[in-house]
Amino acid sequence: MSPVVINLWYVGAAALFIFGLKQLGSPATAVRGNLLSSIAMLIAIVVTLLNREILNFQWIAGAAVIGAIVGAITAQRVAMTSMPEMVALFNGSGGIASLLVGWAALYNAGNTTFTDITILLSIIIGGMTFSGSILAWGKLSEVMNSAAVVFGAQRFVNGAIVIALIACAVLFCMEPSVDSPYLYAILGLALLIGVMAVLPIGGADMPVVISLLNSYSGLAACAAGFAINNNILIVAGSMVGAAGIILTNIMCRAMNRSLANVLFSGFGAAKQATKVEGEVKPINTEDAYLILEAAQSVSFVPGYGMAVAQAQHVVRELGELLEKNGAEVTYAIHPVAGRMPGHMNVLLAEANVPYDQLIEMEDINPRMDMVDVAVVIGANDVVNPAARNDENSPIYGMPIINVDHARTVFVLKRSMASGFSGVDNPLFFGENTRMLFGDAKQSIAAVVAEFKG
Amino acid sequence: MEGVFLAMVLMLSIFLGFELISKVPATLHTPLMSGANAISGITIVGALISAGGEGSAVSTWLGAAAVAFAMINVVGGYMVTNRMLSMFKKKDEGQSGGSA
Repeated sequence: MSPVVINLWYVGAAALFIFGLKQLGSPATAVRGNLLSSIAMLIAIVVTLLNREILNFQWIAGAAVIGAIVGAITAQRVAMTSMPEMVALFNGSGGIASLLVGWAALYNAGNTTFTDITILLSIIIGGMTFSGSILAWGKLSEVMNSAAVVFGAQRFVNGAIVIALIACAVLFCMEPSVDSPYLYAILGLALLIGVMAVLPIGGADMPVVISLLNSYSGLAACAAGFAINNNILIVAGSMVGAAGIILTNIMCRAMNRSLANVLFSGFGAAKQATKVEGEVKPINTEDAYLILEAAQSVSFVPGYGMAVAQAQHVVRELGELLEKNGAEVTYAIHPVAGRMPGHMNVLLAEANVPYDQLIEMEDINPRMDMVDVAVVIGANDVVNPAARNDENSPIYGMPIINVDHARTVFVLKRSMASGFSGVDNPLFFGENTRMLFGDAKQSIAAVVAEFKG
Repeated sequence: MEGVFLAMVLMLSIFLGFELISKVPATLHTPLMSGANAISGITIVGALISAGGEGSAVSTWLGAAAVAFAMINVVGGYMVTNRMLSMFKKKDEGQSGGSA
């Protein structure tokens, strides 16, 4: 095929990507959207293979088969609760692919300085996406400590790395060569900066990192597109970059923090929240059952704890029993509940909760006064009223789900330890709050048993 | 001039991306992210050109490795997105599928 025909096919593929992304925007059409986008990918791959420049198919076939098998098996096997680390790993493999494409492009003859710069960009962004994603995977899968690591000279060290990176890039561009020592320095520094970028971010801030790495993997593909002068890479890559940035922004807004604050400061525990005094009122599953049985309207508020306890299926079971009992059942989802954007929605969907029962924070809050029982499952900071009332609280200003406005609040919790941010939660001492201590899954299963018995 | 043209393409697609994504409801944030992630595997096109080109042995190896990684990203990304999306059901669509 001539380059013109190939590029026309790429235009078609780009249009399909755009349609696909558009249809991903509604639950009713999303499956089709994903299919369209995968067809676009298939077209792009096949057309590239028909390109006359491609002479050698053994390497391609071998590598593609291995990659496809690995991808397919992991995609089939992964549990929905482990989705955040899965997405991190896929991001990482996209990142290193862009790094390698950029690196290979150095071997092309007749690169201009502009091309060299874009090659370096794809190496740098691809490298930091890769190492950052691997670290994020480690933190999410708890292979390593998931807390934020902050040390005094961090900013200084990061600044030094960035300066070294720019210096090496300039020196490389002055005398580009495939075995320039600066190339290896750039590779190393790019991997290092990815690690340094993710190190100070931990726990509940992970949704921001995942979205940001997603954005980087798109930008890396985009830079690789400039490096090899290919339109489809630029179009598809930059759309992914934009998508990641938007999600990052939504996550930051949901925590009332700037991106810079999330990226560089760990979690600001500098402020000391007003100490909360009071007595918690524990409740047993029998009494919880009696209250739920009488409730007209019940709202579940899940958090990361629900994922840890794998409680989504038994929660859905309880929800169905309550509905049969005549109550209106909703699930109130905070945008940053869990470890990635939309984490809770996926878990509840897996447990067969219909998506029209999943209510966003802005929609549930005005109705909260009408809710008889709000059941908080493994969520803490996202329902902490201190974010609304206590100006000294580190999470002051963060939008929360106002469960304390419900007539009764059940909090399912292992013990009285505070949440990820280490902030005391006045909700636990509230007049209308009852604490149901123990493993969330077992507690709810016990309530379900009461209903059935 | 080529670079300027590509920059134009870049600028337009970033705006388009922002327009397309900003309307996605929170329910779909995870599938959106993994779907977008699969699209970032488009770098496979570059990988194929490097792996199959008549360049040096090193660039062929680099390309082949890139093909493998990009393929993980593409196949895994689309499959996992499809798996997630097929779990999202409306109330009246029945309670079939998924595990109990």
